[in-house]
Amino acid sequence: MSINLQALFAQLLVGLINGSFYALLSLGLAVIFGMLNIINFAHGALYMMGAFAAYFLLNVLNIGYWPALIVAPLAVGIFGMILERTMLKWISGLDHLYGLLLTFGMALIIQGVFQNYFGSSGLPYAIPDLLKGGMNLGFMFLPIYRGWVVIFSLIVCILTWYLIERTRLGANLRAATENPTLVRAFGINVPRMITLTYGLGVGLAALAGVLSAPINQVRPLMGADLIIVVFAVVVIGGMGSIMGSIITGFALGIVEGLTKYFYPEASNTVVFVLMVLVLLIKPSGLTGRAA
Amino acid sequence: MTTITENAIPEPRRGTSDAMIAFVIMTALLLIVPLTGVYPFFVMQALCFALLACAFNLLIGYGGLLSFGHAMFLGTAGYFTAHALKVWGFTPELGILIGTLGAAALGVITGLIAIRRQGIYFAMITLALSQLLYFVYLQTPFTHGEDGIQGIPQGFLFGIFNLSKPITLYYVILAGFLLGFLLIYRAINSPFGEVLKAIRENEPRAISLGYKTDQYKLLAYILSGTLAGFAGSLKVFVAQNASLTDVHWTMSGEIVLMTLVGGLGTIFGPVVGAFVIIAMQQYLAGFGQWVTVIQGAIFVICVLTFRRGVIGEIAHYFKRSL
Repeated sequence: MSINLQALFAQLLVGLINGSFYALLSLGLAVIFGMLNIINFAHGALYMMGAFAAYFLLNVLNIGYWPALIVAPLAVGIFGMILERTMLKWISGLDHLYGLLLTFGMALIIQGVFQNYFGSSGLPYAIPDLLKGGMNLGFMFLPIYRGWVVIFSLIVCILTWYLIERTRLGANLRAATENPTLVRAFGINVPRMITLTYGLGVGLAALAGVLSAPINQVRPLMGADLIIVVFAVVVIGGMGSIMGSIITGFALGIVEGLTKYFYPEASNTVVFVLMVLVLLIKPSGLTGRAA
Repeated sequence: MTTITENAIPEPRRGTSDAMIAFVIMTALLLIVPLTGVYPFFVMQALCFALLACAFNLLIGYGGLLSFGHAMFLGTAGYFTAHALKVWGFTPELGILIGTLGAAALGVITGLIAIRRQGIYFAMITLALSQLLYFVYLQTPFTHGEDGIQGIPQGFLFGIFNLSKPITLYYVILAGFLLGFLLIYRAINSPFGEVLKAIRENEPRAISLGYKTDQYKLLAYILSGTLAGFAGSLKVFVAQNASLTDVHWTMSGEIVLMTLVGGLGTIFGPVVGAFVIIAMQQYLAGFGQWVTVIQGAIFVICVLTFRRGVIGEIAHYFKRSL
């Protein structure tokens, strides 16, 4: 079988970009789950809000891509913190499954409102001038923006990992995950920490949304199907480890890209099929502890 | 260990007789529907979804397992029945049998995979499996992709009942619903159902008592999927089509919503919830995506303030088991 290297590398790049989004989203899900014991079904809708925030900043306030990279995740993160304070907080003592149902309802509301005003078609968002064009790497043509997305996502993932695993703040956070009552006794404001954690996870989702705006168009349902794939990623990787979800996210993106090249019919389903295989061979997930 | 349902059952003996009375009232109301002039198509559709929600409730309300992919049974059985009727020219009873068996087989396969994880992971896995199936049905030729299988002949049930007559079809659907409902009721009140509740309340304890809890959960999952498939097969005769919407995750969400509104872990709750949600969709059909927003709002309100659901609240108020 002859291999068209150009096409193969192009699909690998698409896979890496999808992998970046999987990593950013599953990372946020893992952080939120660790602290709030909630699977955030609204994650896809908040990712979409991030992309829309960038769109509004540009078209209404004339604020470009670079400030949006900070402002949009902040704004959506604050929105997330309001959701946590007004709703999620009240179900903290209940079964996990109520959290899933509540955030599912929130996702329906957010997506429904956006669909009412923007329909289902996509809105364009231009690539910033600095990242336009591409370079010839000899073996492939690399659009600069796409390369930027992969590298920037990787940096953000590693910074998040560093924040949680290697700093004082992260240590408090991990301690509060293990035993919130004891950590409160040390004078740490755990409820505030929970709110900030949710804000952080949501901010990461919104950041992924901003990054994806110039690649995939800005659509109300852009996060709806993505979140289900990210759930499968989370089942494969397990939510026990931050680094685990980053690596699993990128790896599955690459596998998906390879599938698009070798057997395109299965590219939609390959992540789910892998999930089934992992469940059959190692039910607790690749890096996770048994749930 | 917390549980998903707050509708604990207080007194079994009195509860049983209350349920009997409620069952008689429900059946009587449903029997006279064609005389009242209520649009029969609406009631038939609601009955199919009521059975679907009851099947789903068997799993979450009594087994504590939240399946976020129950649409896969609805859709699979629908496609199988539709294909058997239209392409193979099978009789209605054989078509229903094929659809239900298809859902049962799907239950065995997905159950063996999903049952390996608990709680929140179980919900995510069932959702992912149904999405996998959605893409499979999108691509395989026999489902006709986006178009779905249209114009399915209704035929004669057992060679005598003409299903293209609305009144005959109504009573056949009602009979199917009551059959499924009683089967679920029987399962809940059997020793099997008791073990299931014990697992829901405290799984480690049930294991220490010697129960193979995985087998019980798998059996409950297969039973639930099979009955959901039965509902899907019946629905083919009402809607006369089988399409991708029935396999989509939004449908799975609606099934959850119906059960939540009516009352998780109540016997009659899913029926009430299905009628409420289907009626709402009918009346709000002209409002476009606002239906989605309202459904989301109902989810949020139910989880925050109304976790027992309609029937659960009534049962709690009168301290009865319904």
